[in-house]
Amino acid sequence: MIFKYDVEGGEFINAGVASSEFKKVLKQLGISPEIIRKVSISMYEAEINMVIHANGGHIEGEITPESIHVLLKDEGPGIKDVDLAMTIGYSTASKTAREMGFGAGMGLPNIKRNSDNLKVSSILGEGTEVEITFQLN
Amino acid sequence: MGVLHSVTLDRERCIGCTDCIKRCPTEAIRVRNSKAEIMDERCIDCGMCIRVCKSHAKKASTDPLDKINKYRYKVAIPAPTLYTQFKKIRDPNIVLTGLKKLGFDEVFEVARAAEIITEYSKEFLESGKMIKPVISSACPAIVKLIEMRFPTLIPNVLPVISPKEAIARYARKYLIKQGIPPEDIGIFFISPCAAKVTNSRYPQTIKSSDVDGIISMKEIYLKLVPIIKNLKEEDIEILQTASSDGVGWAATGGEGLASKIYNHIAVDGIENVINILERVENGKLDVDFVECLACTNGCLGGPLTVENSFVATNRMFKVKKYINLKGKTRTIDLFDDSVKLDWEYNLQNKQVLKLDNDMTVALQKMGEIEKIFDTLPKIDCGSCGAPTCRALAEDIVRGNANIEDCIFMLREKVRNMAKDMVSLSEKMPPSIRHLEK
Repeated sequence: MIFKYDVEGGEFINAGVASSEFKKVLKQLGISPEIIRKVSISMYEAEINMVIHANGGHIEGEITPESIHVLLKDEGPGIKDVDLAMTIGYSTASKTAREMGFGAGMGLPNIKRNSDNLKVSSILGEGTEVEITFQLN
Repeated sequence: MGVLHSVTLDRERCIGCTDCIKRCPTEAIRVRNSKAEIMDERCIDCGMCIRVCKSHAKKASTDPLDKINKYRYKVAIPAPTLYTQFKKIRDPNIVLTGLKKLGFDEVFEVARAAEIITEYSKEFLESGKMIKPVISSACPAIVKLIEMRFPTLIPNVLPVISPKEAIARYARKYLIKQGIPPEDIGIFFISPCAAKVTNSRYPQTIKSSDVDGIISMKEIYLKLVPIIKNLKEEDIEILQTASSDGVGWAATGGEGLASKIYNHIAVDGIENVINILERVENGKLDVDFVECLACTNGCLGGPLTVENSFVATNRMFKVKKYINLKGKTRTIDLFDDSVKLDWEYNLQNKQVLKLDNDMTVALQKMGEIEKIFDTLPKIDCGSCGAPTCRALAEDIVRGNANIEDCIFMLREKVRNMAKDMVSLSEKMPPSIRHLEK
């Protein structure tokens, strides 16, 4: 089953609505708290990334009895060097975003640590796709 | 299990409006047959419905004051909020003396135990045994909220009993040591809220409560006013044992302030609490201690209080200042090492919101909910008795409601039926069709 969410860009204060909605779904499905915690942390990070860097985008969360798969697509500037972006502490966040406490360069590494699989594909000038997978069994 | 909450409905008064269903933070109320019905397993006793009901149909089921007469030695344990309810009173000793005049043989302040709990919690926090941020367990409505909506945060909740429970235990031990027969002792908590009633009647994290009864602050207030009015200067006994730190617990931030944990956050109002807990769940709150209180302005805003919570907050400043400058306290040795302050049971992930035990079935049901939700008007009017269109969709799938409960859907069905009738009425049997030109 797939749940779709639109994420608005530049909305720092309200960021995290999609993650929050998805979390509710997971609780209704009786997913274990350990997994919900991981999904919450990862999806929120990824959603925030979209808000900060890509002026929003779309999220699709797919749940099967075996796994949870979150796909985040944006049409933002793209990531120049994906490997570098995965490094702890590296960030290209704007001054405004940093002033609000975002942009510590912990986003992608944090997602990686809390998920079973993370795939980032990006084309400069076209956008980025982030795929996060969590195994349920 | 049965009913594990203390909010009840006066069916005579309920007019079946949508005020409470719309404001309930856990969507625990539905209107059925023109009366509000509380879904027992979802109610967290926050008291929001008591506060918003214009018909005063929602009540907290406290004990009547007469219940104290069942015991030979009557003990009052007032919540510190009580001190802020009276217009010109700054000295807690006046209120405490008033309680004795009302019929209690002894009074022990919950505020005193709050100080002990503060120290104990601090040790817990500094031991490094807990996942940070540690969330206070002082507000029972919040503990229930976490259990229901934030099961991921159960390990963060401080497993320490409440000040009310602690003072009841200390009081009982102390009085027995003084030679009072145990069966004579009746300990009564004077409560600002319904959640603390439930927490005493159906304790979840301890085997049994030492509190014998809970009296609403509203009821006590009405009886105390004339007594206090007639109290002479020389009548006032020195009964206070707590300092301003313990008394301060009643207000938002009081617990954190008393503990002097620098990196703490204090949140009140259930919506704000939900926002902050979401943040903790997302791993985005870099603090050591989170104090969450369901009511605006903390216990001072409890649904069983009398005074406006902002006014009460102002009075709290004055009461604390009085205690610090002129307060008189008595010294009694309440402490007893045999009194344990830890929870005896952990919180459980009850999965109240779960659609089905089998995930495949749960997913199927989730699909049905989405499908039904898509057809609904999405204006959350509440006419169906559910707080939102999504809640109605869920109720339908859970087998507790019908699609026709939605007046828009019903109207559409009636309209379609009317169309069918018109078109049917235009049909003629072949034998007489020539009569129609």
